[in-house]
Amino acid sequence: MNKYFTQLAWLACLSVLLPAVVAAQPPAAEIAKRSLDGFYSAGRDMRVRVSMTLINQQGGGRKRELTMLRKNMGSGSEQRYYMYFHAPPDVKGTTFLVWKYPAKDDDRWIFIPAIKLVRRIAASDRRSSFVGSDFTYEDISGRDVSDETHTLLRSETLEDRPCYVLESRPVASADYARRVSWIDSERWIPLKEEYFDGRGQKTRQFSADRVEEIGGHWTVTRRTMRTLQTGQRTEVTFQEVSYDQSLPDNLFTERSLREPPSLAR
Amino acid sequence: MRSTLAAKVGLLALLILMQSFSAAANAADIGGFAQVNYAARISGVPCPPAGPCDFLLGDERLQLKVEGATEQGRSGFAAKVDLFQDAVQDRSDIEVREVFVDLTGKHAALRVGRQIVTWGVGDLLFVNDVFPKDWMALFTGRPMEYLKVGSDAFKLNLHTGAIEAEIVVLPFFQPDRYPTSDRLLLPDPFPPELPRLEEKKERSLENVELAGKLSRYVSDWGLSLYGARTFYRTPAMALDDPATPTAVLLFYPRLNTYGSSATGSLLGGVAALEGAYLDSEDDRTGTNPAIENSMVKILAGYSYPLWRDATLGLQGYSEWLLDYGAYQANLPAGFPPRDERRWLATARLTQLLWNQTLTGNLFAFWGVTDHDGYLVPSVRYAATDNVWVEVGGNLFAGRNPHTMFGALDKNDNVYATVRYSF
Repeated sequence: MNKYFTQLAWLACLSVLLPAVVAAQPPAAEIAKRSLDGFYSAGRDMRVRVSMTLINQQGGGRKRELTMLRKNMGSGSEQRYYMYFHAPPDVKGTTFLVWKYPAKDDDRWIFIPAIKLVRRIAASDRRSSFVGSDFTYEDISGRDVSDETHTLLRSETLEDRPCYVLESRPVASADYARRVSWIDSERWIPLKEEYFDGRGQKTRQFSADRVEEIGGHWTVTRRTMRTLQTGQRTEVTFQEVSYDQSLPDNLFTERSLREPPSLAR
Repeated sequence: MRSTLAAKVGLLALLILMQSFSAAANAADIGGFAQVNYAARISGVPCPPAGPCDFLLGDERLQLKVEGATEQGRSGFAAKVDLFQDAVQDRSDIEVREVFVDLTGKHAALRVGRQIVTWGVGDLLFVNDVFPKDWMALFTGRPMEYLKVGSDAFKLNLHTGAIEAEIVVLPFFQPDRYPTSDRLLLPDPFPPELPRLEEKKERSLENVELAGKLSRYVSDWGLSLYGARTFYRTPAMALDDPATPTAVLLFYPRLNTYGSSATGSLLGGVAALEGAYLDSEDDRTGTNPAIENSMVKILAGYSYPLWRDATLGLQGYSEWLLDYGAYQANLPAGFPPRDERRWLATARLTQLLWNQTLTGNLFAFWGVTDHDGYLVPSVRYAATDNVWVEVGGNLFAGRNPHTMFGALDKNDNVYATVRYSF
């Protein structure tokens, strides 16, 4: 009798919990989450030398070179980023620090070496351009899975890779109405993304041009973002990528802005 | 700043040597810029016979920057030297902007030599920043970095846990480069025929200046406490003998500053608060009209993004003279009195365009109690990764020549700068 009662109780519990679990973690959100984690949070920390080339319709190019350090802080998507600019020459030595939080605006600081000034900068717009490129701040440091609602459209192969095709719509109003992404279903990184405006026009397109496994993490080491209205694109190359170097917390402080660590130079 | 030809040639040779050494050893980075910076007065005021005329700046310069550090970053150095030609005053010279050596340990970092130190949270309003500045550079449209002048200093940074301490020792007093009538048209309350005698501080231990700062973060708010024993960097002016004057004396009285600041995120923007008590040690009674009263300075600022790539920054600032009664009672006849409380407001609007290659900037000072103002519009275009061009203006307004911007009213100017960085 007692055993029968326990089984019943379990069943009752399951019948209540199971739909809740399914509703809270539908496959589409799970795919989006794994892709965001794989793309923006791989490892405990990361160091990379980033080369950016901004290419306009006439083929003219501008270059940005920086070292980026990233550390994941505890649980959730709290992260810290430190950037040291090597080029162009006029901004050489400029450093940039971002403390990124899951549910509130980033804290951002910039250090201008010519006047030895650390300035805090207002940072409520994550959709603004990062250093004039076609990438936004959010494209560089990621977004929360809950910033968008996700729908799994289909599964298909993209350039010989098995992919989930996911549609994501921003919860709050943004400069795009929906985003369709092709997510590698084995490596959990986006291989292609298309952004559409409210009228259904494609506005931006992301492509992962080279993918390598580094330190056990699948890493997009070459990527391009195209802004379709202007015909402009930005190509980004990751070099000297390393993960899990136990970057100390004190690298991500105001002091490091003023005194760039040798690791970042 | 003037130096002998031998010194100039020697320095040039040294820089060339450093460059070849660094090329061979790959131990140092060489960079810098070539820059042309012209400014002209547009106020329409006729040129005085012996004074400055329409061109304020005709500046052509080469800045060489050499820096290096050991592999682990335990030690390093940097040098930034300008070689320039001043076409307005028809001279060429060198200016050592910075030369310092760094030694860095686990909990301490020492920087020795000429260096730029910037403190405080204000935007072009300085409360606890007691370090030398070049106001002439600001008012004549030189690039913003020239507002700060290097201090010859020992700077020690100590950090234990959350608290960071910075101690700056300045052995050699250096005044601000304040507006002077060799380049600007300025009113002078003193008889023009009297010679000006400027105090040269003795290079004595007694005249060593000290400044200290303690900082820490509480949540994501940056808090700082400041204390400094320095001198005023703009001169006090007085007649050598009020009854039968033979000269106007320019001197730099003692100043002790105690202050604090806070800055952090607030409602999608950045808020900044700063305050200080300035103890005018040489005139604590406030009875010497030549020397500044002790005062309290307060600053509150807020900047927030308006729309994409646009930021608005607003500041309110006040100076409160603490011995106003004594100041009024001792002010010589004919000198217009200052207000007991001076209020100033500023606004800065910045807009980036064309993939952030075009920067439009408008900075406005409004002297609420002085009834004067200062407007600095500018547009900068980064034509390539190496070249930027900036045009802008410095526009002053004010009816009273004894207020800060009223005194500069005849010097409205436009400027243009072209810089090639390498």
